[in-house]
Parts: sequence; structure tokens; C-alpha cells
Amino acid sequence: MSKKFIAGAVRTDPQRSPAVIVDNVHIKYRVFSSGKKVTDTNTRVRNKGKLREVYAIKGVSLIAYEGDSIGIIGGNGAGKSTLMKAISGVLTLDAGSIYARSRPAFLGVGAAMIRDLSGEKNIILGGLALGFTKAEIKAKFAKIVEFSGLKDFIDLPMATYSSGMVERLKFSIAASKEHDILIIDEALAVGDQDFRSRSEARMRELASGAGVVFLVSHSMKSILDTCNRVIWLDKGEVRMDGDAREVCAAYAESTGSPLND
Amino acid sequence: MSQWIDAAELNAPQLALEAKLIKVGTRANLFTYLKEVWQRRAFAFTFASFQIQAATARSTLGLAWVVVVPALQILIYGLIFGFVLGSNKPDNYLPYLFIGVAFFQLLSNAITDGSTAITGNQALVNSLDFPRGLLPLAVVISNLIESLPVMILTLIGVAFLGQSVTASWLLLIPVLLLMVVFGAGLTLFSARLAVFLPDFKYLLPFISRVLFYVSGIFWSITKLTGSNHLLQLVLWNNPFHLYINLARSLTISGYETHPTDWLIASVWSVATFFAGMIFFWLAEEKYGRNV
Repeated sequence: MSKKFIAGAVRTDPQRSPAVIVDNVHIKYRVFSSGKKVTDTNTRVRNKGKLREVYAIKGVSLIAYEGDSIGIIGGNGAGKSTLMKAISGVLTLDAGSIYARSRPAFLGVGAAMIRDLSGEKNIILGGLALGFTKAEIKAKFAKIVEFSGLKDFIDLPMATYSSGMVERLKFSIAASKEHDILIIDEALAVGDQDFRSRSEARMRELASGAGVVFLVSHSMKSILDTCNRVIWLDKGEVRMDGDAREVCAAYAESTGSPLND
Repeated sequence: MSQWIDAAELNAPQLALEAKLIKVGTRANLFTYLKEVWQRRAFAFTFASFQIQAATARSTLGLAWVVVVPALQILIYGLIFGFVLGSNKPDNYLPYLFIGVAFFQLLSNAITDGSTAITGNQALVNSLDFPRGLLPLAVVISNLIESLPVMILTLIGVAFLGQSVTASWLLLIPVLLLMVVFGAGLTLFSARLAVFLPDFKYLLPFISRVLFYVSGIFWSITKLTGSNHLLQLVLWNNPFHLYINLARSLTISGYETHPTDWLIASVWSVATFFAGMIFFWLAEEKYGRNV
């Protein structure tokens, strides 16, 4: 079906309507060799020799269509997270532009939401933050808890949760809403197998409702189970874009690891 | 059926226009933003009440600290400045100090606690997408709830010190309202500054000290500025002094307001609130992940 990948080309599909367009995006990080971030106060002039510019993304173009669930793969430092943050709109682009149908929701790995509060209270607050009413949260509450599989821990402070439990609760809250464009950056890597299959099913559901899901993962199994399309990033450029199985196979071949891990 | 086109031939703006896509990283316009914040106000209230519960559970004395700290301040300032100022000290010195310290605390807390509204909740900001302005507003609400016991104890103290309780005390409610609106503006300013100027937190104690000294909390502006009318005009109309003086004029005998004070105080409140809201909103898309 899909034709072979052509370098420097963009995969288009005139039959379907685009939901996200990434147009020739460049992103660079300016760092001092000491690793300190460049700000206006510690000017470039003063530290001229030591300033380094590192390109994280070098001219990426892609079009995501409605109903696409796109896996993003590539080695460490390939620019996967940078590209996802750019699509969610929190990074300033150095060149190019990104268009989207609605504001993308981003779910990344991170600390507990409010450590001192119980999982239960975090669900209530998270729901309110997402725009649900108290009555709606009440109606969804049991489902969110069940989805997270944290029934026995829901009244404990989140500070006592393991990192896997934190991610599970966060995903369960975020997934309780119908997102048009959802970006998941490694957030499910810490969940156990049982939770993973549940969340993958939910992601497929979101994409099949004509939404778009981006999934960054190092697990080829997760990607193959969830995504219909895979983009392989390498050193800040698109190395390959196409059918999930095809791209994953090519990636596995280049890393020398078997696909069925 | 997919096909390949050369990246250089991709006319993204045209395609985006046809599919009705918008550029990402552009924040909602101010009106839509305020509407979103208003729709999710329940979050701010719930967050504030959960925060207070958590804080109460954390320290041994719990919320008692909210009362103990101003009581200690009144004791120390009363003793030291009462002695230093001698006959220059304001009339009805103790009630004067009571009202000054208690009402000033509400405003200085707005600045101090505002600085952690975003920085202290980074994990929440990174986890979910919501109008960030809700966090500083939650701080305002929890500050108000926390300061109510102090206010009540202060007023009981003032009455106990011989000031008569009259119907004009009811006007303290609009004063408090003006202060909350003004404080919300300060909180919004402080919340954004703390995110982008990491050194802001070192300046905070200094800022609140300076405001404490120039706002006539323990000394009388009319008594000490003497014949310097310009200085008196500036110090008098400083919002921190205006609100506190309004509160004093309502509760302590011998204190008066200028007829225009209510008007100027209201202008300060509304202007600071909207300036703070706009200042905060201008960086809305940048409060996310620290990169």
C-alpha cells in the first residue's frame, strides 16, 4: 500500500483531512559548554567562545491525518521528545511552523501531581482542571479508579506511590477526557503489562474517533499494538515514515535487535 | 492512498487554511482565556481547600501559625517602635498596629505565596493542560480563607482595647473585597516573575520589608511627613496604605479618610487585577515543561 520512503519528501494523503501539519521545523538548544542555559542575563557576548548551538530538530516535515495513531521511534537524542513538545506548543521554533486542529494534550513522564494529596483528591483536582464539573467527576470517578487499577491505594498520598503508579493515575485521569490530539511521551513505559494493554486500547479508541495519537516509546511491541503509522527520527531528521510494521522492522534491523522483544 | 511530495513543495499555510488548522503555541485571546478560567473556577476553590488541609496536616501547630506570627509581630513592633517613636507614635497605638499588621499580612502573602503558585506546582502543570491562571487564583482564595481567623481575632482585640463596635465595621467587607482583588493582581504578577526570574525569590523578603516600612504600618504618615506635602501625597495613596487606612478609619476613633480614598482604592484594585491578569496571560503558553 504505502510506497517506499523517499528522503526529503512528505507523505500526503489527499483523500483524508489533515489534523496536524509540521512544516520544515528547526529547533536548536543554545547551551554554554558548562551546560548552563542561555538567558538574556548571561549574555552571549560575555561567554562568546563557550557558546554551543545544538540542533535537536533539523527540518522535520510531516502531516498527521485524522484517525492516525503515529508511533515515534528512534535512539536517545534523536529529537523525539523535542518534536512532541514542539507539537504541543511549549517550545519556541527556530524555523518552520506547526499547525493543529485543536490544542494538543501532552502526557509525559514526571513527578506526582500534588504529592501531599491522596490519589482520590488528585483525581478530583485533575478532573476539574480538565474542565469537568463536580457531578461529571463523581460519575467518572469509579471508572478512573478502575482503569488505573489503584483501588487499594486511592486514599493514600501520592507521595507514597511508585513511579509506575503515578503514571498510571495520571494517564487514567487524562484519558477520561476525549482528546482530539493526544501526545504520549514514554508515559506508559513504567506501567505493568496489564495496564499497558488497557491504555493501548484506550489510545486506539481515541484515534478511531477521528482523533490523532502520537506515541513515543522504546517498546516496539507497544508501538506495533497501538499505531498504524510510524515515524523514525534519527539525529533530528525523519529517517523513515510509513506503515508501522515496515518502519519498525527497518529500525530493528539498524539497531541489530530482533523485532519481537 | 498516500503519495509523496517534495518537502519544498509542501504549501503548509495553504493546506492548514483549507483544513481550518491553527498555529500551535499561540495562546487563546484574553477574552476566551478569562472565560475558560471562569468556567473552571471550581478547580481554584477545591485546590485552595485541599492545600489548606494538606498544610494543616503537615505542621504540628497547623493553622495556628497563621495567628501566632502576626501576634509576635505586633508584640515586637509594639514594644520597639512604641519606644523609639515616643510621643510621635500614632494615637490609639495598639489598635493601630493590630489593624496594620493583620491587613498588611494579607497583601504581603499575596506576593510571597504567588511566587510559588506555578513553581511549586510544576508537576501538576506538566501533567495536565488547563488555564494556568487558575493556580495563582487558588492561592488568593487560600490566603483569604487562612487570614479570616486572623482578621476576626484582630477585630476582637481592637474592640477589647476600647474601640466601640459600630455599624461602620460592616464596611470592612468591601475593604476586604478590594484588597482581595488587588492581592489577586499582585499574585499574578509574582507568579509569572518567579517562573522566569529564578532569583526573584531572593528579592521577595526585601520587597515585602520595604512595603511594610513605607506603608505606615507602625507609624503615622500624617505625623511624620510633616510639611512635605508631595511625600505625604505619594505615601498616602500607596495602595497598601490606602486599604489599611480605610480599615482603620472604620474601626478606630480619630482616624479619617479623604473622600476620594474609596475611589482611588477601587481604581488600584481593578487596575492591578487586570494588569496582573494580562501580564500573566502573555506568558501562558510558556508555563509548561521547563525546557
